[in-house]
Amino acid sequence: MSHLGYLLAGWSISIGTLAVYAFFLLRRGKRLTEKVPPGRRRWISSTEEQSRITDG
Amino acid sequence: MITTVGPFNATSSRSTRFLGLCLLLGIPALILFAFIFSPEDDSMEDAVRLLYIHVPVAIFSYIAFGVTAVGSICYLWKRSRWWDTTAHASAEIGVMFCGLTLVTGSIWGRPTWNTWWEWGDVRLVTTLVMFLMFIGYLALRQVPASPEARAKRAAIVGIIGTINIPIVNRSVEWWENSTLHQQSSLTDGNLENLTLFTWFLGTLVIGITYLWLLIHRFRVGWLETEEERLGYGAAIEERQAEAHGLDVGSTGIPEEGENE
Repeated sequence: MSHLGYLLAGWSISIGTLAVYAFFLLRRGKRLTEKVPPGRRRWISSTEEQSRITDG
Repeated sequence: MITTVGPFNATSSRSTRFLGLCLLLGIPALILFAFIFSPEDDSMEDAVRLLYIHVPVAIFSYIAFGVTAVGSICYLWKRSRWWDTTAHASAEIGVMFCGLTLVTGSIWGRPTWNTWWEWGDVRLVTTLVMFLMFIGYLALRQVPASPEARAKRAAIVGIIGTINIPIVNRSVEWWENSTLHQQSSLTDGNLENLTLFTWFLGTLVIGITYLWLLIHRFRVGWLETEEERLGYGAAIEERQAEAHGLDVGSTGIPEEGENE
């Protein structure tokens, strides 16, 4: 395969950046969720979802 | 109420878990098609495999900035926090996608055009300008101000920044002699079936990635505002309690050393 170094660099930078961003985003969400009560998280609509998060 | 959350489920819901599952299957499939199943190009050889990530991230950077513009217009119209949070979330992801477009484009340009960067290329420069404008948008959001003033300023910059999208997109046709970029290969009908399929798969996977990130980023933005409000609320309560304590203590005149 020609230009393998360029291919690996381009793909690994792209996937790596997305993965690192996603990791820090989820971690930030987790940190904030611990500070904000479930009633203020508007995407938790069902009672099942509520209890799953509150009970761990 | 004590809230216990797992390591990664804080901002997740059924929809994000479904999208996440699609990504877990889609990303390895895209890599397989991009590196193994799709053929090499006659002129670009294997460098074409970089375009399966470069073109989709470029398209979704336009879409992300477009969503920021829509969110900004709707914020100015409705003054709704929902739209402001959406605009902010999409801009942050758009900046990341635009940065990846520049980096992957530069890496692709080296074996194809024999250069990492060309200042005379109008598409490269307009894309860089768009990237810097939205960096400015994100920086503006960090400037201390009331939430309303911050959202209003950002909305205006978000709308102005989006004017650049059609310029970047059409630059190859408008300034045909000032670009190394070719015109769209998709419309000339010369792409092989597997090349076309891999390109569509790349666009789908990056699209799902954008949506998944947007939902999570929106929720993080929402939580940040809630935390900010809770902080303000606690500070106000504290001050009220302080004031109340002084009133109850005596005639309202603080005793010596009480305010220290």
